[in-house]
Amino acid sequence: MTPNTTTDNKVISVKNLTKRFGSFVAVDHISFDVAKGEIFGFLGANGAGKSTAMRILCGLSLPSEGIGTVAGYDIWKQTEGIKRSIGYMSQKFSLYEDLTVRENIRLFAGIYGIKTKAIAPKTRALLEELDFLSNADTLVSRLPLGWKQKLAFSVAIFHLPQIVFLDEPTGGVDPVTRRKFWEMIYSASDKGITVFVTTHYMDEAEYCDRVSIMVDGRIEALNTPKELKKQFSSQSMEQVFHSLARKAQRI
Amino acid sequence: MKRFAYFVKKEYLHILRDWRTMLILLGMPIVEIILFGFAISTEIRGINLVVVSPMQSENIRQITNKIDANEYFHVIGSTPSVEKAQALIKKGDADIILRFPADFERSITQGNLASQIIVDASNPNIALSQQMYLQGIVSSYFSQKTNNLSAKPNIQVNSHMMYNPRMESSYNFVPGILGLIMIIICAMMTSISIVREKETGTMELLLTSPIRAWNIIAAKMIPYFTLSCINLIAILLLSRFVLDVPMAGSLFWILTISIIYILLSLALGLLISTLVKTQMVAMLCSAMLLMLPILLLSGMLFPIESAPKLFQWISCTVPARWYIDAMRKLMIEGVSIKYVLKEMTILICMTGGLITLSLYNFKNRL
Repeated sequence: MTPNTTTDNKVISVKNLTKRFGSFVAVDHISFDVAKGEIFGFLGANGAGKSTAMRILCGLSLPSEGIGTVAGYDIWKQTEGIKRSIGYMSQKFSLYEDLTVRENIRLFAGIYGIKTKAIAPKTRALLEELDFLSNADTLVSRLPLGWKQKLAFSVAIFHLPQIVFLDEPTGGVDPVTRRKFWEMIYSASDKGITVFVTTHYMDEAEYCDRVSIMVDGRIEALNTPKELKKQFSSQSMEQVFHSLARKAQRI
Repeated sequence: MKRFAYFVKKEYLHILRDWRTMLILLGMPIVEIILFGFAISTEIRGINLVVVSPMQSENIRQITNKIDANEYFHVIGSTPSVEKAQALIKKGDADIILRFPADFERSITQGNLASQIIVDASNPNIALSQQMYLQGIVSSYFSQKTNNLSAKPNIQVNSHMMYNPRMESSYNFVPGILGLIMIIICAMMTSISIVREKETGTMELLLTSPIRAWNIIAAKMIPYFTLSCINLIAILLLSRFVLDVPMAGSLFWILTISIIYILLSLALGLLISTLVKTQMVAMLCSAMLLMLPILLLSGMLFPIESAPKLFQWISCTVPARWYIDAMRKLMIEGVSIKYVLKEMTILICMTGGLITLSLYNFKNRL
């Protein structure tokens, strides 16, 4: 199963992606492309269909309609390939609390097929970079939330995926920690990792290269934050989001 | 395969880190075996008996001695007044009264024997057993007497207790405890451990990773399977060498049917985990839906044959019933495997069905 050679440098490309649950259309013919190394903000109110769309992109469920590729793999037929090429971090802090920092890294490195010999030196390098070597054998449950999130992100990109999906990664942390977290996102993007991020914080939306806003299962706007603000003649992304989300029919 | 190994290791770490739970899981069967084996017994021992007789006579003295010599009874005294004896029961000092009529000696010479048993029936089951024990002793004495007096044909009932000549209740409990423990460890712990990952969000992380769904499940089951096997061996050793329960049948088949039952319990746990969202509900489901039917409908505590027809049918769907039946036959009766084929087939079918159902659910609900 090799990825189809993609024209230009699109790592995500979907057309008319639709997901129905019975008569309910959770995702309604959405189409967009994400370029390599881009930080793509995926916004929408609760229930707008963000998570459903993201599950399809992560290879967790199949669409009802539409075509698309993620990391060059077909979203219908090559979900295994997709899973090997992506990293994922969710809103719930998701590492194993009863395992140590090192054990968590080793587990996920193993799951993503990093060679056993390479795991130890890579772990060391990562912990040195984070200045966290002294805590390598600390149980994750003893770490402060900010650190846990940094660690979760580092684990999500440990195997150098093509794309990392971040589902509201900064929920519940203070602005300073959030700021630091975004520095990590930028550095990942500099390494060529595409970042696909959902968030509720509109100041974070400003940090993205491009932003899409979903309302009732459809993408109502997609552009750079600058252009979006111009288009909706707003001062901030907050206003852009509200002027769109107000139209929502379903809650 | 390497992925899988990393994953199994992680599951072992979870269990080892939570050493309190592990201790409970390993200690529980031992405590239960000892409790059921020694402390709890369906036999009634140490029954305190009061004799009520208006006068003393040789016959009464002999009967009293005979009763006192019996290991179940302890004669605490003799009184001419029924009221006094009843007061002793009320106080809880006595359990049962054996009352002789005033004309006891005369009636015995006429071959017309009468006596009265008064028993504290606040617990009817116990009362019934006590009364039967006592009646047995008294009537055996009477029949000896009457046999001596006249040439009437004497019918003696000679009961023979097959498989359990000493009527040890631990014979009955060991298979029951096995049936219960396996369900608790396999079904409850597996379901909690899977649901925990749903609750903490790590399940999403696993599902977006290249590891396959059945790998996640298999890795979860392996450590609990190991734990159950340790427990199985501990229980079998304890019951053989501490409780003296015989291993009459083939050890190979005892282990085989137990492993089938362990797999069935694991599949049950998986099924529960696909149906519920929180650890709390998983625990309640295992406790209410699995433990109660096992205690009440598996024949562990109460004979199924005496339950109403409806409950007898329901009990057929309780896997523990078949397991406990099979284990009783294999362990205690020591029959060959062909007499257990029915139970074994049912258990295998149930296991197959549950695994299919839970895998189907797991794929579709997560």
